[in-house]
Amino acid sequence: MSSTSHAEHAYVAHHFHSAEQQKEAGTLGMWLFLAQEVMFFGGLFCVYAVYRLLNPDAWLAGSASLSVFVGGVNTTVLLCSSFTMALGVYFAQTGDNRRLFQALVATLALGLLFIAIKLQFEYLPKYREGVFPGANWGPYGHHYGHLADVANQGGLQMYFVLYYIMTGMHALHMIIGFGIMVVLMVLARKNTFGPQRYMAVENFGLYWHFVDIVWVFLFPMFYLVR
Amino acid sequence: MATVVTDPNAAPAVHYLNWRKTVASWLFSLDHKRIAILYLISISVFFFVGGLLAAAFRLELLTPEGDLMQADTYNRYFTLHGVVMIFFFLIPSIPAVLGNFLIPLMIGAKDVAFPKLNLASWYVYMIGGTLGVLVLVTGGVDTGWTFYSPLSTTYANTNVFLAAMAAFVTGFSSILTGLNFLVTIHTMRAPGLTWFRLPLFIWAHYATSIIQVLATPVVAIAIFLIAIERVWGVGVFDPALGGDPILFQHLFWFYSHPAVYIMILPGMGVISEVIACNARNRIFGYPFIAFSSVAIAIVGFLVWGHHMFVSGQAMYSSLVFSVLTMLVAVPSAIKIFNWVGTLYRGNIVWTAPMLYAMGFLGLFAIGGGTGLFLGVTGTDIHLHDTYFVVAHFHYVMVGGAVMAYLAGLHFWWPKITGRLYNHLLGKLSAIIVFIGFNATFFPQFLLGMQGMPRRYHSYREEWQLLNIFSTSGAMILGIGFLLPVLYFTWSLVFGRRAGANPWGAKGLEWEKASSPPSPHNFDHDPVVTEEAYAYTGREQLSV
Repeated sequence: MSSTSHAEHAYVAHHFHSAEQQKEAGTLGMWLFLAQEVMFFGGLFCVYAVYRLLNPDAWLAGSASLSVFVGGVNTTVLLCSSFTMALGVYFAQTGDNRRLFQALVATLALGLLFIAIKLQFEYLPKYREGVFPGANWGPYGHHYGHLADVANQGGLQMYFVLYYIMTGMHALHMIIGFGIMVVLMVLARKNTFGPQRYMAVENFGLYWHFVDIVWVFLFPMFYLVR
Repeated sequence: MATVVTDPNAAPAVHYLNWRKTVASWLFSLDHKRIAILYLISISVFFFVGGLLAAAFRLELLTPEGDLMQADTYNRYFTLHGVVMIFFFLIPSIPAVLGNFLIPLMIGAKDVAFPKLNLASWYVYMIGGTLGVLVLVTGGVDTGWTFYSPLSTTYANTNVFLAAMAAFVTGFSSILTGLNFLVTIHTMRAPGLTWFRLPLFIWAHYATSIIQVLATPVVAIAIFLIAIERVWGVGVFDPALGGDPILFQHLFWFYSHPAVYIMILPGMGVISEVIACNARNRIFGYPFIAFSSVAIAIVGFLVWGHHMFVSGQAMYSSLVFSVLTMLVAVPSAIKIFNWVGTLYRGNIVWTAPMLYAMGFLGLFAIGGGTGLFLGVTGTDIHLHDTYFVVAHFHYVMVGGAVMAYLAGLHFWWPKITGRLYNHLLGKLSAIIVFIGFNATFFPQFLLGMQGMPRRYHSYREEWQLLNIFSTSGAMILGIGFLLPVLYFTWSLVFGRRAGANPWGAKGLEWEKASSPPSPHNFDHDPVVTEEAYAYTGREQLSV
């Protein structure tokens, strides 16, 4: 403990020798966590690739029924939330806890907006018009009725199975992020962060950007297939 | 290395086992040593549950007809045996118990990098385990531990969803443990402990952790999709609904083949430590053993297709997977060669852990060699899904991983508990396990060659003699596994004090920490000035 100055004692856990060692461990841990996230989503991307190759016609029809406008707006919303998150990391590093709090509020609000748009303009209308795979499958109505004419209904269901699972898994990751953001907000309110202590915010930033990047892949994979 | 002169037999007054005594101080402990003990108790319970299931269906296999149980029951028993032994015993065994206890001690750290995450891993494991027990009491599951679709998704009437969830949840415990170890090994090493001074146990766990972090999420998503398919009634893998069952097999084996290296690599780490100490010799070919662990981890990711030679995979894929499978045998063979090289001209001491390690060498060599028979497409088509496969993986998993786990437990028991067990009984159990194991599984090679298929409760009459051999062997094996429970428990109360270093072994955990270690591992932060395994051949044993 001799290398630990008195001021560092407050936030360096007992089993670390220095703040630097703790920071290094935290960063490496976060990147390894993201590596396992990549493999987790990677499995889904692999499933997507196989079924798209098997059902190219159904993929075209499914993709054409999605609104590029709604998806585009949501992409923009999410990219903006990544920007406010990046600002938050900067404010944490400079010790501006008030602005960090504001940046987290903005990030949370944009994240919630994304989920709200997803529910209101995508999941719910599809569910109401029978675009939900399984026993009750049967597209009808103004927006999705034409999907009933697609010959490869099995492939079309598979497209929507993956659509719901992959965007749902992405949304689940966002919702977990909301919870962590609330914790960080409370800590920011208590003036916790500063030049010596910002790793929690930086690591959460990495997570949030990762979730963002997953969407950047999902958007073309589902909305832009032509 | 400068040695501090202390009375070697003096047990410290305050150590990690007695410094706090409440139940809560165990259940909420952030100490890696206490968490290791929590894992030791929980995986031992699962080991004996899995073992009892095996004993039951081995009894059924005494006769060709189904008299003790019918197909339905038999299918549930072997499935649960596989699920319990793989997900709840073999995968956590050495890393979560010995790795947790020893990695910080071996690298001169006070704890793992993320102690809270470490405790969380145990709780995640216990949640998964509870789901597993729920499966057991709600009628079991009968798909085999592989959960192949469409059997698992459409035809099975048993509790597939719960079993899938149990495996899914437990997987995250494994991921978090691996992540913790990787960060610990990277950032927490004592001053002077360079990568090439690390004990080979650490290298083995490093390689294991890479697989845990990168492969486990893939099986998690595959099993998750099976569960979704059951609940939602959509066809992700069911061919009747447009799914591709071969895709499930690919995703499943992308993890489950590397998973056998999660089970065996830590064992290889144990064997390096035990053999070097008991041969009183420097390890032969240190960099080769170290890099062969990493090579196994990397090449191990590229061979999964050898499980699918008869599944309708493209012929050219099978060819490539077959060649890569030959390749992954090379680093394992390098290790065996180097361990034998370490024995050469060593002053060998026949302790209980050494007998277990010698058992490992022979059994793992047979297990690995027969793996090559199965990696060649021609012989595999004859041997696929026969008892030859069962015998092969039990030679690797029991003859390899379990023997290594027991070698490690016998080797570090004095460090973990501060007590010595009865050495004669220790040696006896090693010999009984070795004999019982071979009696159980060698006949299965012969049965497999004759074409007896795995996973059936009844068989042709001409196979009965060998099955009787196998069942009798299983009973001997069971006694061999029960013995250590008795003398280990006995040693906790009546065993002689071990002293800090009863084996005269090298390594920070022996030379710088007391037995049992103090709550914070070391009295002074250790500094390392020499390579690992600096044995001179003349160290004294106090046992």
